[in-house]
Amino acid sequence: MSLPDALAAGIRHAVDSHGGPRGAILEALRLVQQAEGWVSDARIADIATLLGMTTAEIDNIATFYSHIFRRKVGRRLIMLCDGASCYLNGADAVRDAVMARLGIGFGETTPDGDYTLLNVCCVGDCDHAPAGVLGRDRQPARRLSPEAIDTLLDGPE
Amino acid sequence: MSAPALTGPLTGRSRPDRRPHSLAEWQALGGYQAVTTALAMRPADIIDMVDAAALNGRGGAGFPVARKWRFMPAPGTAPKTAPGDGPSYLIVNGDEMEPGAFKDRLFIEALPHQLIEGAIIAAHAMHVSEAIILVRDNYRAGIAAMESAIAEAGAAGLLGGLRMRVHASAGRYIVGEETALIEALEGKRAVPRKRPPFPAQSGLWGRPTTVNNVETIACVPIIVSGGAAAFRALSRTAEGGTKLYGVSGRVHRPQLIEAPMGTTARELIDRCGGVSGNGMLRCFQPGGGASGFLGPEHLDLPLDFGSVAATGSMFGTGTMIVLDETACPIGVVARHLRFYARESCGWCTPCREGLPWTARILDALEAGTARASDLDVLRMTAAEAGPRGRSFCDLMGGAMQPLASALTRFADLFDDHLAHGCTIGKQQ
Repeated sequence: MSLPDALAAGIRHAVDSHGGPRGAILEALRLVQQAEGWVSDARIADIATLLGMTTAEIDNIATFYSHIFRRKVGRRLIMLCDGASCYLNGADAVRDAVMARLGIGFGETTPDGDYTLLNVCCVGDCDHAPAGVLGRDRQPARRLSPEAIDTLLDGPE
Repeated sequence: MSAPALTGPLTGRSRPDRRPHSLAEWQALGGYQAVTTALAMRPADIIDMVDAAALNGRGGAGFPVARKWRFMPAPGTAPKTAPGDGPSYLIVNGDEMEPGAFKDRLFIEALPHQLIEGAIIAAHAMHVSEAIILVRDNYRAGIAAMESAIAEAGAAGLLGGLRMRVHASAGRYIVGEETALIEALEGKRAVPRKRPPFPAQSGLWGRPTTVNNVETIACVPIIVSGGAAAFRALSRTAEGGTKLYGVSGRVHRPQLIEAPMGTTARELIDRCGGVSGNGMLRCFQPGGGASGFLGPEHLDLPLDFGSVAATGSMFGTGTMIVLDETACPIGVVARHLRFYARESCGWCTPCREGLPWTARILDALEAGTARASDLDVLRMTAAEAGPRGRSFCDLMGGAMQPLASALTRFADLFDDHLAHGCTIGKQQ
């Protein structure tokens, strides 16, 4: 399936506003990921064609930036902060409870494709520690506790 | 869930729920008057004003802002890489990823028009033609607030000839380093550049570029509105202004606090309801993950760049992480080192290899599986790699600060961990 018109238009706009095809690479990757949840090999090729570059040039950037996903992520994405302020407020217990419930570790997706669990730091929510970020729109999840992980698991897609 | 209301000239107009103002609402609060004032001034006079206000950069290094701005070439003197005089850039750095830092988020989310004002004034002072506000990926509300405010300001003609846009980042702590940030904007892997040339000589697309922190830029309209002397008088020390401090970790009410530059940790912790856990302060990091530990003897130290640097630590972002006596500083350093190891861009060998090595040793100490010779490795690495590191940028040198200070300050705890693993967390 080739790149939908709206995405192609967004990427062309980024070429104009971000100083040319090279400056638009990250924005192109972000737009694709926002629409599809991740960036597949086929989309790397689509972006390369649109920007007039090689797939290697695009993948070189995609693989550097940690929030561009080159593997399919689950329907629900849970990113938990593993930074010091969250650690000091019980993040390890939240992490353990989520891992026990889902049966996966950081960087993994449940076999049914429902959940992907990632560790991030810092999410800039140290005043609401322990904290995390949920879903494609990166909604804040604050003052987490191991007793209340259901709200995390039922969070936004 | 509303935070305590912020008061003070820098953040006092923010709403507790952080809902950003419309342009009309902002103008009703006096917004854009500073821009009118500044655009009637000569650019050099604005820089002199910022100089007289003693504004230090709020991103971590505390470099005097006016000096940085004066590095930018005057019009007509920039090297010509294209026909005509060519563009020059202001990049407002909102990549905020330092562990323990959550201050720039407030300006981006709740005060976008204040940032735009600051960017317009700074751009005028430096003859800049385009301003780019870089915001980290997960600050989605902030990205939306900035984009909407820029569109409003543009439609109202307030930007004049200045181009302004938001660039949403895509992760990686190193993007906060100014030359790595420029690489990221050019669509490359964010690996820091060797300096010289400095960004003011050759920055984005080879053109003159200045990178300023979000909070720094938010201070600029306050200086222009109230005057340099008033801004300087807001501070208790020689460094001008108020500061948006942050306190997190083991305190009862972690929060942001705008207070005079030079406010003490004792005052800030008191305003957070005191130390939580067992109520006894063990130590604190004054400026985020890469700042060395200070102890109870530093509670009355004025927190500004100069005073904290004099202790051997670093004021950094001004966002403190507090540990009570039931919190383990080695556990905290282990989390920091795991983070910095993960975020190394991988360009320089000491950082790419050394940080994971130290992180593994700290994990072994927590688990009680470390050997005595591991402590020698930690001491050697901290001594060899800090404070300025043996690498292009300051990532590794910064990462060594909390480790080096913990090795000195908590030598007995390291010995105890060697024998038994971490027992501190078990007593809670």
